[in-house]
Amino acid sequence: MTDDARPSPDALLREAEREGRGTLKIFLGAAPGVGKTFEMLLEGAEKLEAGADVVIGIVETHGRKETEALVSPLPVIPRKSIDYKGQTLTEMDLDAVLERHPEIVLVDELAHTNAPGSRHPKRWQDIEELLAAGIDVMTTVNIQHVESLNDVVGSFTHVRVRETVPDKVFENAEIELIDLPPEDLIKRLDAGKIYVPEQARHALEHFFSKGNLLALRELALRHAAQYVDARIQEHKSVTGKENGYAAGQRILVAISEAAGGEQVVRAAKRLADALKAPLIALYVETPSAARFSDAEKTQLARNLSLAASLGASLQSVPATSVQEAMLAQCKELRATQLVLGRSRGKGSWFGRRDGIVQDILDGTTGIAIHVIPFQDTPRGRDWRRLWPRGSWTGDVMAIGSVGALTLAAFLAQGWISRGPIDLLYLLPVIFSASFYGFRAGLIAAIAAGIAYNFFFLPPFYTFIIYGPVNIITAALLVVVAIITGQLAARARAAAALAMRSARENAGLARFATRLGAASTTEETAQLIRDELRSLLAVQTIVLHRSGDSVEISAFGQTKPDLTPIDQAAAEWVMEHGEDAGLGTNTLTASEWQFRPLKTSLGTLAVLGFRGPPGRDPIPTERAALAESLIDQAALAHERLKLEADMRDMEVVRQRDSLRAALLASLSHDLRTPLTAVTAAAEALSATGDEAELVDTVRSEARRLNRFLSDLLDLTRIEEGAVTPDLVPTDLTDVIASAVGDSVKTLAGRKVQTSIDPNLPLVRADAVLLNHALLNLVDNAAKYSPQEEPIEIIARMGRRGPVIDVLDGGTGIPQGSEQRIFDRFARGETSDRTGGSGLGLAIVKGFVEAMGFTVEAARRPGGGSRFTIRIPHDATVHVSMEDIA
Amino acid sequence: MSGHILIVDDEMPIRRLLRVAIERSGYATVEADCGAAALDALRRSVPKLVLLDLGLPDRDGLELIGTFREKLVPIIVLTAREASSEKVAALDLGADDYVTKPFDSEELMARIRSCLRRADQSHGHLRKLTVGPVAIDLDAHGVWKNGAEVKLTPKEFMLLAVLASHPGKVLTHTHLLREVWGPAHSDHVEYLRVTVRSLRKKLEEDPSAPRLIQNEPGVGYRLRDPGRA
Repeated sequence: MTDDARPSPDALLREAEREGRGTLKIFLGAAPGVGKTFEMLLEGAEKLEAGADVVIGIVETHGRKETEALVSPLPVIPRKSIDYKGQTLTEMDLDAVLERHPEIVLVDELAHTNAPGSRHPKRWQDIEELLAAGIDVMTTVNIQHVESLNDVVGSFTHVRVRETVPDKVFENAEIELIDLPPEDLIKRLDAGKIYVPEQARHALEHFFSKGNLLALRELALRHAAQYVDARIQEHKSVTGKENGYAAGQRILVAISEAAGGEQVVRAAKRLADALKAPLIALYVETPSAARFSDAEKTQLARNLSLAASLGASLQSVPATSVQEAMLAQCKELRATQLVLGRSRGKGSWFGRRDGIVQDILDGTTGIAIHVIPFQDTPRGRDWRRLWPRGSWTGDVMAIGSVGALTLAAFLAQGWISRGPIDLLYLLPVIFSASFYGFRAGLIAAIAAGIAYNFFFLPPFYTFIIYGPVNIITAALLVVVAIITGQLAARARAAAALAMRSARENAGLARFATRLGAASTTEETAQLIRDELRSLLAVQTIVLHRSGDSVEISAFGQTKPDLTPIDQAAAEWVMEHGEDAGLGTNTLTASEWQFRPLKTSLGTLAVLGFRGPPGRDPIPTERAALAESLIDQAALAHERLKLEADMRDMEVVRQRDSLRAALLASLSHDLRTPLTAVTAAAEALSATGDEAELVDTVRSEARRLNRFLSDLLDLTRIEEGAVTPDLVPTDLTDVIASAVGDSVKTLAGRKVQTSIDPNLPLVRADAVLLNHALLNLVDNAAKYSPQEEPIEIIARMGRRGPVIDVLDGGTGIPQGSEQRIFDRFARGETSDRTGGSGLGLAIVKGFVEAMGFTVEAARRPGGGSRFTIRIPHDATVHVSMEDIA
Repeated sequence: MSGHILIVDDEMPIRRLLRVAIERSGYATVEADCGAAALDALRRSVPKLVLLDLGLPDRDGLELIGTFREKLVPIIVLTAREASSEKVAALDLGADDYVTKPFDSEELMARIRSCLRRADQSHGHLRKLTVGPVAIDLDAHGVWKNGAEVKLTPKEFMLLAVLASHPGKVLTHTHLLREVWGPAHSDHVEYLRVTVRSLRKKLEEDPSAPRLIQNEPGVGYRLRDPGRA
């Protein structure tokens, strides 16, 4: 097998993640009315008839008779009522379905938006949860709801669909296309067979034009085909027949704050899908991000989360130059295709947007660059944006410094000539611009021009300017202010950015060091809270598991009160290991955003963040930092947990070795008197009543002896002191001597043996195997009636020789086939039979020490079957020529 | 040869028990509670058999085996059940048999009698014997089952002959392999297994529940003592 043919680890990982998940089947249609729900119900009913446990989570029949007829045989989970602004809305009762846990649940309308106050805003998220719980889901959706096709559909139908479903939902789903020719669909519409809400009638009639329907149908066909194709690809990469991303394509899409950037993201997603390539969304955070308006910030977050929902991995890098960062990232991420957006609307002042595209074209080789022109949605002119940002301190300082210079120059007029005064005015301008930014510089320049003109230019004490030289002087001041201000502002912004990243790095490093020193969970929790509070500048709490729920384990001055919704979100995070609360997809009504501390040992703690009301507590520019801090915190938790586990193990180990030593000496000291008692009892001969008493002494002494040996054996197993001496062994020998040894304890029980005479020799430790068999026979005798024979069968199984020990007793209690091998796990009837409860644990210990396995099962006709399986590679084949 | 049996065990209750059981069967006993006392007793008079516990306070019981062997005293070793390597070592050093603690007196007495019988016969080896349905004539190289002659391969016969020359005695795997296949093959247990299996097929009434050639797990094989039921 060559390297290329090996299954890709990613594909195997995806496959593994899918294990235990339910499967999703999507009935995909081109338009409403093609009969998706009908088909889904039909299949549900068929499955029900075939014996599957099928229920209806939610289905809208829209009063259609034939659909309703299909619903009737299927059990329906009652809907949940939600009161919202005086209205009562009904939604699928997610918890009831989870509680009921059917094999298959039917959930109509994948793209549905849940009523406010539901656990998830969208129905597809409910479905995700059902799938994660191992329930198979069937659902329906129309093609226009597919996220990445949203623009395309909108472009020809002129109907914007707000309810979209991320493409990732389709990725592992089985998709069945419900196809109906447009003519038939229009006929059905005309016949009133398609449910249309009154207010949407007009829009929908336009929507149902033949041209639209043809286009939608083609889209649906293509989409379904593409997912089939993707699944084949995936199958190939799992089975190692072909690498999934064979061409090694990687698509990088640049994300900006521009409205309409969604179109760019969707275009990139289509490209990635077509090439079956991974998609990376890159956001370059420049100093200008600090000046973003709220609308721009929201748009940026929307663009980023769209990319995430389309399955892109997000990258955010701080840099002063977009194009440089972009080029560096293209190299670093080994992107082969770069998707950029270019606004067709206004450019910025110096045409930088076009400059970026041009610079990137100049700076790369070997990368295909796609430029997606888009219409930047007009935002309305924001006049305030023309007035540059700055601080009031800067404004005051600017005017103050000009005033001070004017005063000084005015007083000094007698001593100095008027010539250099205009140059002196550069001082406050440069000072203000470089320390307080562009706005302060501009104010200083204007103030300087006015003051200079008023005090020092003839005619004095007027604002009248004579002569071109003076005009030039005034203009010069303004130009100097602008240039200095721009340069200084840029330098300051770059310095601030560098400082921020230095501060963040230092903070991270300090955080890591301190975490490393913390030795208790409480200490760590408080440290995490304090550091995250100071580095992210939001209210932070840490929550840990406490019994069935989660509780705040670290907080600031006062412990915040969590509402039931907050509490539910925190518990959700602990349970699912995914984000919840404000700014996420789950339980968004919470004021807090909760994030899991995920480790290889599961979610160990939950972090809660709360910012100003209604705002995402972790803004985009801090997301990367938050991510690193949370990772660090998770690592610290993992370390603590591992340390604690090790300590526990050490305690257990010490306790175990003490117990072992105690047992060993105890059993040695007990053994001698017991041997004497046993042998003496055997030698006693008595008659009448006394014979019975002597018999009791004998059997009880024997039992005690047996118990002692069992304890010793188990001690050896647990200490790992069982070192099997594996030599070629004939199973006939082992079974025969086990039967021979058991004769005494079995008191006349019948043991039937059946041994395949052609069984090969096996490498085994005859003593251990003999002992294991003896215990199994003993166990069989204990749990089955006297008259039932015990059978021992040695035969060739599919994977090697097998020894069965069968009895006709009560059988093992259902479900305890594994537990029965635990120490002191006795059957329900053990009081009567009085064994040590260690026999089967010893069987398992001995058998596994030899590399064999043992399992227990109920026999169909009553009784139990214990099976020792010997692997093929333990068999020994001997050539007869060697022997003779 | 005097007629007593020497009991070597450091535990007084065990010694007393053994003494009672043995004396009841008509043998005289002498007791020793440690290795030194056992050697002392041997010097004073050679016993007709020794019961030797291997866990002695002053020395390893295995060391004593050679000394008793020199005086041709049959040795039965007392061991714990799980100590199969100890049994093998004792047998290889020359012990005649072993009894596993806890034992019952009947079993012990049977072993003692069997052992004494072999000791009596060992001067003139028994060349003909009958074990259950099988008759073996070592000189004539003949084996009969229920009167009908059975054809054995040379190795099968050799193995049977080695077992038959010590009827009732456990012979270790190593011992049998060395005698039949030579020292070079002393760890080829599989030869032994396969040959035992084919011997059983020819000689046993029910090869899957063998009674003639008995297995001692982890130790070796013994031919059923013709003198025992």
